[in-house]
Amino acid sequence: MTALHNGSALGIDLGLPSIGGLHGVPTTDAKQTARDYTSDQEVRWCPGCGDYAVLAAVRSFLPTLGIRRENTVFVSGIGCSSRFPYYLNTYGMHSIHGRAPAIATGLSVSRPDLSVWVVTGDGDALSIGGNHLIHALRRNVNLKILLFNNRIYGLTKGQYSPTSEEGKVTKSTPLGSVDHPFNPISLALGAEATFVGRALDSDRKGLTAVLQAAAEHRGTALVEIFQDCPIFNDGSFDVLRKGDEAASRVIPLTHGEPIRFGPAGDDGLGTYAVVQEGFGLRVAKADEIDSPGQIVVHDAADHELAFALSRLSDQDLTHTVTGIFRNVERATYDDATRAQVQQARDTAEARGGADLQALLNGRDTWTVVG
Amino acid sequence: MTSTDSTAREVVSRDRVVIRFAGDSGDGMQLTGDRFTSETASFGNDLSTLPNFPAEIRAPAGTLPGVSSFQLHFANYDILTPGDRPDVLVAMNPAALKANVADLPAGGILIVNTDEFTKRNLTKVGYDGSPLDDGSLERYTVHEVAMATLTRGALEQTGLSKKDAERAKNMFALGLLSWMYHRPTEGTERFLREKFAKRPDLAEANVLAFKAGHAYGETTESFTVTYEVAPAPLPPGTYRQVTGNTALAYGIVAAGQVTGLPVFLGSYPITPASDILHELSKHKAFGVTTFQAEDEIAGVGAALGAAFGGALGVTTTSGPGISLKSETIGLAVALELPLLVIDVQRGGPSTGLPTKTEQADLLQAMFGRNGEAPLPIIAPRSPADCFSTAIEAARMAVTYRTPVLVLSDGSLANGSEPWRVPDASALPRVDPLFATEPNSPDGAEFWPYLRDDDTLARPWAVPGTPGLEHRIGGLEKADGRGSISYDPDNHDRMTRLRAGKIDGIAVPDVEVDDPTGDATVLVLGWGSTYGPIGAGARRVRNLGHKIATAHLRHLNPLPANLGEVLRRYEQVLLPEMNLGQLALLLRAEYLVDVQSYTKVAGLPFRAEELQNVFLDHLARNSATGVNA
Repeated sequence: MTALHNGSALGIDLGLPSIGGLHGVPTTDAKQTARDYTSDQEVRWCPGCGDYAVLAAVRSFLPTLGIRRENTVFVSGIGCSSRFPYYLNTYGMHSIHGRAPAIATGLSVSRPDLSVWVVTGDGDALSIGGNHLIHALRRNVNLKILLFNNRIYGLTKGQYSPTSEEGKVTKSTPLGSVDHPFNPISLALGAEATFVGRALDSDRKGLTAVLQAAAEHRGTALVEIFQDCPIFNDGSFDVLRKGDEAASRVIPLTHGEPIRFGPAGDDGLGTYAVVQEGFGLRVAKADEIDSPGQIVVHDAADHELAFALSRLSDQDLTHTVTGIFRNVERATYDDATRAQVQQARDTAEARGGADLQALLNGRDTWTVVG
Repeated sequence: MTSTDSTAREVVSRDRVVIRFAGDSGDGMQLTGDRFTSETASFGNDLSTLPNFPAEIRAPAGTLPGVSSFQLHFANYDILTPGDRPDVLVAMNPAALKANVADLPAGGILIVNTDEFTKRNLTKVGYDGSPLDDGSLERYTVHEVAMATLTRGALEQTGLSKKDAERAKNMFALGLLSWMYHRPTEGTERFLREKFAKRPDLAEANVLAFKAGHAYGETTESFTVTYEVAPAPLPPGTYRQVTGNTALAYGIVAAGQVTGLPVFLGSYPITPASDILHELSKHKAFGVTTFQAEDEIAGVGAALGAAFGGALGVTTTSGPGISLKSETIGLAVALELPLLVIDVQRGGPSTGLPTKTEQADLLQAMFGRNGEAPLPIIAPRSPADCFSTAIEAARMAVTYRTPVLVLSDGSLANGSEPWRVPDASALPRVDPLFATEPNSPDGAEFWPYLRDDDTLARPWAVPGTPGLEHRIGGLEKADGRGSISYDPDNHDRMTRLRAGKIDGIAVPDVEVDDPTGDATVLVLGWGSTYGPIGAGARRVRNLGHKIATAHLRHLNPLPANLGEVLRRYEQVLLPEMNLGQLALLLRAEYLVDVQSYTKVAGLPFRAEELQNVFLDHLARNSATGVNA
C-alpha cells in the first residue's frame, strides 16, 4: 500500500515534499473485507435512504486502504447521516450538532497514527457547525470530511436546510423558504480548502475514486455527497442519475483532461464542453467550438478554476460538476503543531529533558530555613 | 520600634504594610506592582496582591474609567488577604487620586506625581481646583513628587525622546517605594535588562529611572522616615511568588507528568483566563499541546476529541465562555471521558465585568446542562492553591472518567502570594489504566460501559487498541454493552449510575477551625473567600470572641461530614460573592438554616467588612439568649 501513502494519485507535483494522508497510520498485510468493517448494529435509516449506498461504498473502500481498522476513527455530529459511525466496526464518536470537525481536530492533532473521518450533513456542517467547518478547512487539519447533502433536515422531519433551493415548501416554510442557499463547494474553496470533491451517492465508482483521493490527501478533504432523502426530499437528485439527461447535466472532472461531458459525440467524447468566458466558465456544445484549445483542461491545483467550476453548478442541477475540484498540498495544522512540540521536546532532551522542578521553581525563589 | 539609618533618618518597623499603586492604564501600574511584589517576595515577607484594572486596554488617558491599580499587602506574619485599605497610595495622575483616595485612611501616606496635575487633567475628572492646594488632603501625609520631570532629567543623557523618557516614570515610582521599604533591588534591575533585552537603550533608561527614584528618596529631605517589615516566619522550604493562573497552568503541566498523559489544551481567548493559555503554550517541552480554537465550543470540543484519543484534555474559560461550553460538557458526561474544565469566574451575567471577580457560576457548574448531568466541582482557595487543585481535578477526571469543573475566579487568577514550591518528584502518580483487553462476561467483546465495581468508572479504550473498536456518543447507552438504548428502565439505571459515580467520589472531610472548641457561630466559605473569612475571623478572635470557620474545596460531591458539621452550630454564616448560591444548595441538601452574606461588587470581601458582619451575628446570637 505504499503507493497510496505517498499520495499524488493525480500526478500533481507542486515541488513540495509530499507525504500522504495516511502517513504515520499503521498498516496491515492482513486481508480485510467490507464485513470486517461492519459493526453488529442494525442499520436504521429509512428504506431507500441514500445513506445506505454511501455506507456500502465506505465499507468496501476502507479495506483497500490497507491500514489497521483500530487506527480508523469516524466522528460525526447530529442528523441522519451522523449515525454512520455506529454502523462501522472502527472506533467512532457520535458527537453533538455541528461540532464534529472541532472534536476531530483535537483527536487528529494529538494522534498522528489515526485516520480520522468526519461524517456530517448539510444542516450539521453548514448551519449549526459552519464555523467549525470553515476553520478546519482553513487550518488544513488532516481530516476527511464527508458532507452528506440531501438539502433537507431529515431527522427533525422535514424542515428546509441551508442548501435547500429558494422557495422550498417545507413544514417550517409553508409559503416557501426565502433563504438563499450555500454552494458547499464554493464555500469550502473560499475557506482555503486544499481538497474539495463531490460525488453522487449512487455513483459507487465516482464516489470511491473521490474517497480514495481524499484518503491519500494530507490535510482537510471535503467531499460533498449528493444524497437522496426518500421521505422528505424524494428524488431530489434523480435528474443526475440516469440516461442522457443525467449525462448532459453531470460534468465529471479528471485532472489533466479537457472537460467534456454529455452523451458521446462523433469523437467518442462528450458532446458538451466547458470553455472559458471572461473571468468565468460556460458550457458549450463541443461541435460549436472554434478550436479545441478553448476547452478548459482541468487542473486541480488551480484555485480560480476550481471556484469557477463550483459556480457552474446550479441549485436547479442544470449543471452539476463532480469529481475533484481542488487537490493541492499545504502544510497541515496537525503536522505543524506536532513539529513545534517535538522541537521543544528535542531541545529540552538535549539539555537532559524537561525539568518540572525547574519549571515550578522559576527564576526567583527564596529559602526559609526552619 | 524605631532606629536610624546611615543618613540619620528614622527607620520604623512595621508588622504589615499595604501599598496601592494607581495610575492610568498606560502608566504600567501592573508591572510596577508585580516588580514590587517580586522584590517583597524575595525579601521573605508573606504577601498577597490584588490587581484591579479596567476591561478597556487603553481607556481615554487621564479619565476615571482608565484608572488601573495594583494593591499589595506584605507582612512579617502569615496574611490572608491583599488588605482592605492602603497605608500608602501612589497616585500617578488626578484620576488615580480621585478614584482611590477615599480608601486611604486618615494619616495615610499619599505620593502624587505632580506633573500630571494640570488644569486640563484636573478638569477631565471633575476637580475644580487642585486637591493638592485646597486643603482637602490635609488628613494625609502628602509627598508631591514631579516624577515625570525627575525621570526626564535622569534620562537626559540617554538621547531618548521626552515622551519615551517619561514613560519610565513608573520605574521612578518603584525605585522610590523600594527605597522607602528597604526592598532588594537587584531582581528588578535584572528583570528590566531581560525584559528589554532587544532594546538595550530602553533597558538602560528603565534601570536609570528606577535608580533615580531610589536616589531621590535617599537624598531629598521630604522623606523623613523609612520602613522595615521583617521577613515572615513561614514554614521551611523553597518559596516563590505565584499568581493563580500561573499556578493553574503549572498544575496542568504537572498533571500531565504524574498521569503520563500528553496534555491537550483547547481554548479560546477570554479575560481573565487567557493567561493560562499563554503560559501553557510555553511548555511544549512537557508534551503540552495548545490549540487556540475558533470559538469556546471548538476549544472544549477539541479537548474532548483529544481525550477520546487518550490525552489529558483541558479547556479554560470564563464568563459567557462556560455557557457556550455547556453542551459539550454534557457530551463529556455522557461519554464518561476525562476532561478538565477550568472556569475563571468573573462578574456576570453576559459580558458582565470581564476584569472583576465573582463566584456566581456555581449553580451553572452544578446544573447548567440539559438532563441529569452531574460532574465533580473543585474550587481553589488561594492563588498558590490553584496548583494542587489542578492536579487533584486531573486525578479525579482520569480515575472516574468524568469531566471535572474547577471554579477559580478573577481575584485568584491575577492575585499572587508566596508559594512553597512542592517537590515535583513526590507528586503522587496516577495510572490512567487504559483498557487493553476485551472485558465482556464471555471475554469475547469489549463493552465500553462496563463499570469498575469501586469507582463505577468505565474503561478508557483509546483508538489504536486492536480488538476494542467501539462507538460512543451522546445517545443513551445500554448499561454495560454501550450500544444505543431507548429502553426506559435502562435510562433510569444509567442516570442513577452516572449520579452515583459522582456522588461516590472520595473527597476528604471538611475541617473545622474552632480554636476554643465551643463556638456557636460557624462561618463557612468556598473558593477565594478563604482569605477574607480567615482574616475577619482572626480579627474577631483577637477581640475576644469565639467563632468557628470551615472552608469547602469540594462543591460536588460535598464532604461526607458536612451535614454533621453544619448541624453542630447554632448559626451557620456563608459569605459568597454571589446572591447565595452555595447557601441554596446547602439548605436543600441538609435542611440547615444557612445564613447568607452576599456581595457582588467585583472585588473580594474586605477583612474589616467581614469582621463587622461576624460581630453582628455574634451580637444577634447573644441577644437571642444563645451564648456568645
